Amino acid sequence: MEMEQQTVRMISPQDLLADTLRLKNGGYRLVAISCTNKDGMELSYSFDKNYELLTLRFVLTEEEQEVESISVIYPYSFLYENEIKELFGVRIKDIAIDFEDSLYQIPVKTPFGRKEGDD
Amino acid sequence: MGKRTVIPFGPQHPVLPEPIHLDLVLVDETVESAIPRIGYIHRGLEKLVEKKDFQQYTYVAERICGICSFMHGMGYCMAVESIFEADIPERAKFLRTIWAELSRLHSHLLWLGLMADAFGFESLFMQSWKLRELILDIFEETTGGRVIFSVCDIGGVRRDIDGATLNKIVNILTDMEKELREISHVFFNDHSVKLRTQGVGVLSKQAAFDLGAVGPMARASGIKLDMRCRGYAAYDRIKFKPIVETEGDSFARISVRIKELFQAISIIKQCVALIPEGDIKMKITGNPSGEHFTRLEQPRGEVVYYAKANGTKYLDRLRVRTPTFANVPALLETLKGCALADVPILILTIDPCISCTER
Repeated sequence: MEMEQQTVRMISPQDLLADTLRLKNGGYRLVAISCTNKDGMELSYSFDKNYELLTLRFVLTEEEQEVESISVIYPYSFLYENEIKELFGVRIKDIAIDFEDSLYQIPVKTPFGRKEGDD
Repeated sequence: MGKRTVIPFGPQHPVLPEPIHLDLVLVDETVESAIPRIGYIHRGLEKLVEKKDFQQYTYVAERICGICSFMHGMGYCMAVESIFEADIPERAKFLRTIWAELSRLHSHLLWLGLMADAFGFESLFMQSWKLRELILDIFEETTGGRVIFSVCDIGGVRRDIDGATLNKIVNILTDMEKELREISHVFFNDHSVKLRTQGVGVLSKQAAFDLGAVGPMARASGIKLDMRCRGYAAYDRIKFKPIVETEGDSFARISVRIKELFQAISIIKQCVALIPEGDIKMKITGNPSGEHFTRLEQPRGEVVYYAKANGTKYLDRLRVRTPTFANVPALLETLKGCALADVPILILTIDPCISCTER
């Protein structure tokens, strides 16, 4: 069984940039940004330092599906953010390189944002 | 000021085994910047977790990539096992480690061949792939498959490897080591290889960190990052140190991978010496509930599996972040300032796997 310490810290979307900057200044590496479509869009930003994983998480409601890009702090987050924007339909503002929903060039709009039975 | 041109590179190109497109912004023949475009083989495999139950998905996970197929299956199983808090049998952990390191050998040898082919060294290409065939033969003998193995299962592995076969594997690898040394000698000492790779596509340690590079790409720039150090599977009982180079150029990336070939052989031999008798699978009942991030060291670097379960047989979410996805920003950095003629070699030095990247 894995013995890795994993911490998930719930934050508010408004605190994302400040918390991310603190982690960057603390020497953390951005490992991944994940999105889960369950009772709203749950965004998880995972960081690593010395093989320990720390995840910042918040849930966006239907009304507030917009969040700031962290590419101003971690420039390489642009790929994760473009993916989430295109597949889940989460509006992410000010991505350093914005592919405008054409990263994967898929014909179906926001396929991961849809649930079984959606048109 | 030279003439500015945009040249489309890919999605089909002789050095690219899989499709990726780059818009290369050139000033005369020097690359000023590169803009990537993917999406040619996006299959939406993560979405399939809503249709296949958590047991069935093991087979889907293996199909994310034909080179790291075993490790994808292993990573997925580890994520689900962690949610169940299941400690699988020791023998299964060692068997997984053996197959994982064989996968590393297979992947790095495949890459070495492609690299040799890109240089125009046809004989070296064939020598590398000849050795890779030996690994595929071992896979076939121990799992029944050469690409997709289906031996990893939630709770352990489906097949055992008997003592005689394990000893045979060790003998094959011992013989292979001699031939590997001959191939490595060419990569390390050939004048043309050095000219094409030394000082080309330099990624500094700071840039590698700032751009989130992983695997051999990061280690060739001096970052000691290797998920195996976390001690998953049987790695906590194996003696090894991450292979690290400091130059950060294409030659360093070749060097890391070649040294990792010998390291993989050493790890397999240690596993064969240490593997305990016992069960290869434990019974896991019920449905998973909870979430877990699992990280492994694939041949191309750190891979992340995030599984979120809701107590039913279908997971809410499976997220796979593959190493090539993480290495794309670092690739774009190495391309800046390089000559157009070096672009194919530089793309190859990240050992891109687009099937993994797009899933």
